[in-house]
Amino acid sequence: MAYLELDRVAKQFGAQTVVDDFSLAVGKGEFISFLGPSGCGKTTTLQMIAGFLDPTRGAIRLEGKDLTAIHPAKRGLGIVFQSYALFPHMSAAENVAFGLEMRNVPRAERAERVRAALAMVGLAGYEDRHPRRMSGGQQQRVALARALVIKPSVLLLDEPLSNLDAKLREDMQIELRQIQRTIGTTTILVTHDQNEAMSLSDRIVVMSQGRIEQIGTPEETYERPASAFVSQFLGKTNDFAATIDRTSAPARLVAGSWSAPAPAGFSGPVTVSVRPERIGFGDAGLAAKIVTRIFQGNHWLFQCESECGPAIVIRQNDGQTQPAEGETVRLAWRPEDMSVRAGAPA
Amino acid sequence: MRRNGPLALIFHVIFVIIMVAPILVVCLVAFTPEGYLSLPTNGFSLRWFRTIANYPEFIHAFWVSLGLGALSSFVALMFAVPAALSIARYRFRGRDALAALFLSPLMIPHVVLGIAFLRFFTSAGLGGSFAALIIAHVIIVFPFALRLTLAAATGMDLSVEMAAVSLGAGGWTLFRRVTLPLILPGVISGWALAFIQSFDDLTMTVFLAAPGTETLPVRMFLYIQDNIDPLVTSVSACVIAITMTALILLDRFYGLDRVLAGKGDTGR
Amino acid sequence: MTAVADTAPQSAARERGPRTPWALTAPALLLFVGVLLIPLAMTVMLSFHDWGQYKGIEPVFILKNWHEIATDPYYAEMFWRTFRIAILTTLLTAVLGAPEAYILNRMSGRWKSFFLLVILGPLLISVVARTLGWALLFGGNNGLVNKLLMSLGVIRAPIPFMFTETGMVVALAHVMMPFMVLSVWAALQRLDPQIENAAMSLGAGPVTIIRRIIMPQIMPGVLSGAIIVFSLSASAFATPAIIGGRRLKVAATLAYDEFLNTLNWPLGAAVATLLLVALILIVVGSNALIERRYAEVFR
Ligand SMILES: Nc1ncnc2c1ncn2[C@@H]1O[C@H](COP(=O)(O)OP(=O)(O)OP(=O)(O)O)[C@@H](O)[C@H]1O
Ligand SMILES: [Mg+2]
Repeated sequence: MAYLELDRVAKQFGAQTVVDDFSLAVGKGEFISFLGPSGCGKTTTLQMIAGFLDPTRGAIRLEGKDLTAIHPAKRGLGIVFQSYALFPHMSAAENVAFGLEMRNVPRAERAERVRAALAMVGLAGYEDRHPRRMSGGQQQRVALARALVIKPSVLLLDEPLSNLDAKLREDMQIELRQIQRTIGTTTILVTHDQNEAMSLSDRIVVMSQGRIEQIGTPEETYERPASAFVSQFLGKTNDFAATIDRTSAPARLVAGSWSAPAPAGFSGPVTVSVRPERIGFGDAGLAAKIVTRIFQGNHWLFQCESECGPAIVIRQNDGQTQPAEGETVRLAWRPEDMSVRAGAPA
Repeated sequence: MRRNGPLALIFHVIFVIIMVAPILVVCLVAFTPEGYLSLPTNGFSLRWFRTIANYPEFIHAFWVSLGLGALSSFVALMFAVPAALSIARYRFRGRDALAALFLSPLMIPHVVLGIAFLRFFTSAGLGGSFAALIIAHVIIVFPFALRLTLAAATGMDLSVEMAAVSLGAGGWTLFRRVTLPLILPGVISGWALAFIQSFDDLTMTVFLAAPGTETLPVRMFLYIQDNIDPLVTSVSACVIAITMTALILLDRFYGLDRVLAGKGDTGR
Repeated sequence: MTAVADTAPQSAARERGPRTPWALTAPALLLFVGVLLIPLAMTVMLSFHDWGQYKGIEPVFILKNWHEIATDPYYAEMFWRTFRIAILTTLLTAVLGAPEAYILNRMSGRWKSFFLLVILGPLLISVVARTLGWALLFGGNNGLVNKLLMSLGVIRAPIPFMFTETGMVVALAHVMMPFMVLSVWAALQRLDPQIENAAMSLGAGPVTIIRRIIMPQIMPGVLSGAIIVFSLSASAFATPAIIGGRRLKVAATLAYDEFLNTLNWPLGAAVATLLLVALILIVVGSNALIERRYAEVFR
């Protein structure tokens, strides 16, 4: 049975539906990311779980018990806010101790747990610092320690890393993942950074305009996007218009001069979606001309004009000579590297 | 931005002199050694400050003003803080009307308020009492208390409160441990500004005060009506000194520009 | 009054019942209804009561007081004087305060905040003390102001300031000046700091810049300052009472006399009610006019 369950949850603000038909089952200890563009309803969903917003429809259950009837102060969830929301008038230790105080944890045990929590996030020795005198990364760690010290049943993180610079963000991602692995807290992370979602999560929930587009492991959502939105949102992708040619037997999937055996279950116009790093330059395939060639250190980026519209190709910088700008090439990929959807590209 | 020309600077200097002159002249005359109103051309003397001691009614009036200001500002905040939190955070029918009502003492001439309170408290059998003064002052300082608290409550990061709630705080604990400390600078400045307003009010209080509950401005006013002598300048100098101290503290603590912006369209 | 920004977000703690905001404002609301609205209503009522030297206040409903105010030219003259003083005071503060705010705004950081403190600080200093200062400066025919003006050759014979409207206007303008400076200052803060450079780059000279670029933009500030100064001057008490003495009456000092000397409360209440109503009409009316006229600047 699912540990945390959202059952057809919907939220309306006045006439505007911000989240709709949101169903998700989270296993105990799982790390889930909500990924989607700004304004798609990630925060709203998280706040419904936290209890700061009431769902318009649907149910939220924790271990089978209905959560919606429970006051947010009694839910026992740990939350890290985008702004960290530290108490500016309390020291780091007092911030972390606050939740334990509310639970009437005895003073001695409290001190021990606060010390351990701060040590866990690498802030031993910073007990008496006030938030204003800490760096963004340190504040972030205090917020995390404060949420974790109460041993929450679920940890909710709303874009916790978005205020950090790129380097620090990467370090914190690794640290966050390690801490979560160690203590095994069920975690939901809200982010609009696909790399963050990929590198941290067991499963990703891709959202768009208040609805779930796809739920799957990072590999699944990347390799087999369920919709054009997902494939576009998770990294760069090429969408080629293709058709199923039934005149030959067996039927073939054709995009310009490129073709492959047709997958079952499609007819009429389809979209072939291929990641740029899965396309190679070969002797046969989609005819294309290289428009620009950009060197990016460990790889080359080619922008091409193909028979089926613009295409992007990424090649590892493995020392081989690469085609030059203006050269005509053939683009080819393995059938297992593409995903096929019904209908023409958007 | 370009700098001011010489003409502008001359204008500015004259302007500042005119603004400061009346206050300066009061403070200077207070130090006169003569028995009549004059500038202290023959050296400074504290005789008129010592003379205050012979007028217990001034000293009594000072304590009345002090107690009245402190107490009425405090009471006003007891009402204003919840109201400010509500207005800052909720959208509800009648919100704008309520806010207008709470700020209305700024719009109503203080003579009218004085008359209204005099009539009201006399019929209620409270005429001339300290309690009546307190209630009346709570009303006139309320807008100042409300505004600064409102500014603090509006500027507060709501997620801090949410974090506290998620950690198990609620109700009174939430208010005492998180909300109040966060809006405290606004609340204290609101108190200070309210105090100054109450301490300075003459127009309304002159209707309500009876012998024994006369405030310092009322005592000074009644004294000036009879005669102007150096005594009242030395008392004024003391009042100016007290206000300046409060002003400087307020500036350090909160920033005078912010306080005065809150006083923007105010009344007297 | 636009003190309450239109940005109320929803509740922090959680979405609560619709009664919470009312529960929080209820104490203050009760206070205001109980000891503000009711006393004001009682005052309006009082203005319709009868009064006699020996019988005191009689709770009947008559128009005697209103009739007296409407017909006795003494009241017309007194109200006219009140508003004349208020208008002159407003003009004086606008003519001097607006340029000063502009000059202040062009000063560099430290001077700016210092002079702002010097000019706005008096706002918080007792009106009695400030007016007393003017009484000392005016002080009879050989007061400091007259001496200075005569030695500068501005005037030949001393001007009477004490117990005159001139004196009242000067002292009131001093008392009200901070409001005007503050109001224009606020309007100047909304100005794009590059706007003068933009105008200059288009070939405008200093006079043109002030007349065509700055003035139109700070006008709403001047006007809203003017409304504040006008309504406060028209209802001022301390300054007219000290400078004007017992002879030169304005609305506020007259009402005071009726209440505390003559003891004719109903008549005093009528004067006060009329003052209140007139001020509300003027303030609300001119506010609406200004907002319509300058809608695009206020946005
Ligand atoms: N209290 C509210 N009243 C009305 N609409 C709201 C409210 N809160 C959020 N919305 C709307 O709901 C939609 C989703 O908001 P939400 O904050 O959940 O987005 P998000 O996915 O977290 O975006 P971001 O990545 O920018 O944080 C937005 O269009 C927003 O305007
Ligand atoms: Mg969000």
